[in-house]
Amino acid sequence: MKDVKTTELVIFAVLFLLVSGMGFVAAKWRRPTTMDSLDEWGLGGRNFGSWVTWFLIGGDIYTAYTFVAVPALVFGAGAAGFYAVPYTIVVYPLVFLVLIRLWSVSHVHGFVTPADFVRARFGSPTLALAVAITGIVATMPYIALQLVGIEAVLKSMGVNGHWPILIAFAILAAYTYQSGLRAPALIAFVKDGLIYLVIIVAVLYIPHKLGGWGHIFDAGQAKFDGTKKDPTDGVLLNHNNQLNYAMLALGSAMALFLYPHSITGILASKNRNVIKRNMAALPAYSFVLGLIALLGLMAIAAKVVPITTDGKPDSNTVVPLLFDKMFPDWFTGVAFAAVGIGALVPAAIMSIAAANLFTRNIYKEFIKRDATPKQEATVSKLVSLVVKVGAVACILLLDPQFSIDLQLIGGVIILQTLPAVGLGLMTRWFHRGALIAGLVAGLAAGLYMLYEIPNPAKHKEHFGGSAYKLSELGFDTKMTVYVGILALLVNVAVAIVGTVICKVAKLADGIDATKTSDYTADEGDPKVHPMELSAH
Amino acid sequence: MASKEDPAPEPRRSDRSHWNWLLVVPVVVPLLTFLYNKDTPRLAGFPAFYWMQLAFIPLGVACTAIVYHMTKKRED
Repeated sequence: MKDVKTTELVIFAVLFLLVSGMGFVAAKWRRPTTMDSLDEWGLGGRNFGSWVTWFLIGGDIYTAYTFVAVPALVFGAGAAGFYAVPYTIVVYPLVFLVLIRLWSVSHVHGFVTPADFVRARFGSPTLALAVAITGIVATMPYIALQLVGIEAVLKSMGVNGHWPILIAFAILAAYTYQSGLRAPALIAFVKDGLIYLVIIVAVLYIPHKLGGWGHIFDAGQAKFDGTKKDPTDGVLLNHNNQLNYAMLALGSAMALFLYPHSITGILASKNRNVIKRNMAALPAYSFVLGLIALLGLMAIAAKVVPITTDGKPDSNTVVPLLFDKMFPDWFTGVAFAAVGIGALVPAAIMSIAAANLFTRNIYKEFIKRDATPKQEATVSKLVSLVVKVGAVACILLLDPQFSIDLQLIGGVIILQTLPAVGLGLMTRWFHRGALIAGLVAGLAAGLYMLYEIPNPAKHKEHFGGSAYKLSELGFDTKMTVYVGILALLVNVAVAIVGTVICKVAKLADGIDATKTSDYTADEGDPKVHPMELSAH
Repeated sequence: MASKEDPAPEPRRSDRSHWNWLLVVPVVVPLLTFLYNKDTPRLAGFPAFYWMQLAFIPLGVACTAIVYHMTKKRED
């Protein structure tokens, strides 16, 4: 291995410690009278304005793993990896009208998690439990993957071994425990500032050094032309993967705001206009993400060779290596710090969201029904620690590839909560039993299809990707489609047929604790308390 | 797939507006791969595939911002 790069490491460590200090100070930010409720600890007081929300949600959904993995995908496959751009364009207009309804109904009823909403809307603790468990399972590997982002950066600085990650996550766990959502909200300002700085410098400076954009794309084409074996790569899409490209973008867009951590960012904002304004302003991040994706092609043009660990090339190291090769040492340190800090913000929010799901929809529902707000906050704080220990254990004890597989699965399974959460916000037509059946059917279909997909390039027989061959379903074509969408079709079909059957058979349905006017309520409107109204 | 129409008429306030239909544009256009899956015309060295998709970002921002401004008054 190479020697440790002192300049880079010092700058990285200084910036990292600086934001950690901010994380601890954040508890005093906006002076909460008490931290002893989930509204304060888990949602930052439900009072974030447009700017804080923009940085928070931006910091939340454009994660360190995204910054490392998307260009790694473009490095390996070319155009197919660029799906992140249409994905993050489509998502905001798609959820614009849905999220303001979620905010309103959550504001009126004091919901903290998407499962809280499902519980009240369909009067079904079982459906809420299924949604909560799906959310926790989908979020856990996502937290673990943030570690992969930090690890890629550390490897590039010549630092090996797991102790730096343990230290980083211990610090993260401590200030999340103390400051709750205020910590990532405050750190997000630094994180996003650094990311914007690094990327703007990178897209101006690196192409200049490499001989211009035209040359970068031509170098990419030359590399992909050389790999005739793999028909799915190239600077453009081909006939067979275009449908998958569009469906992956659409499916990912529908899944994004079903993730508990994205919803946490939405519920922490203070009124509907904050959300609407952010739906128009968040695509600024998509532009940065598009440029970041192109770093993968720059790495090809710069002839970057990924670091090999245990005999396998780790393509997640291409962007750190590109920075290292192109930038002076001190700026590489800044760029690495941007990725490292970029891991802290989403990891904190995700652990808070997962902890809230456990507290509200498992602990309060099934273990201690009369839990006080203070007890809820205490449980959530402790669970947020457990979640992080679990994420670290995932990375240390298991093959990191396992976390990557799980995250791929996570996107498919979280999409299966769309009928209950997303469609549930728009209509009360579905029957609770049919929604449970649909969710189970969608999960089963999704897992089965993912299991069946091999990846010859990585020598894997199962969980090799998310592009399912339509020929497996009997269609005479080589086209592929994103598994999540196919599983969702199964899910929705079962939910529709099931609802019709339940209604014809006159099976008892849950009671809807929400009113039509709850979905358009805004800041200052009266709130309904407590949630026990929906008990059945 | 997340349907955009409000299913029931709202008694007090409503999110309904003809302007909401404008949101369909940035949801559908970026998914039409046949529009942009080509190399030429290149812009500043970028193949059409890349610069056109990046150009959809301001399109999405414009549509969403228009809907926000045109529906804002109804909330007051």
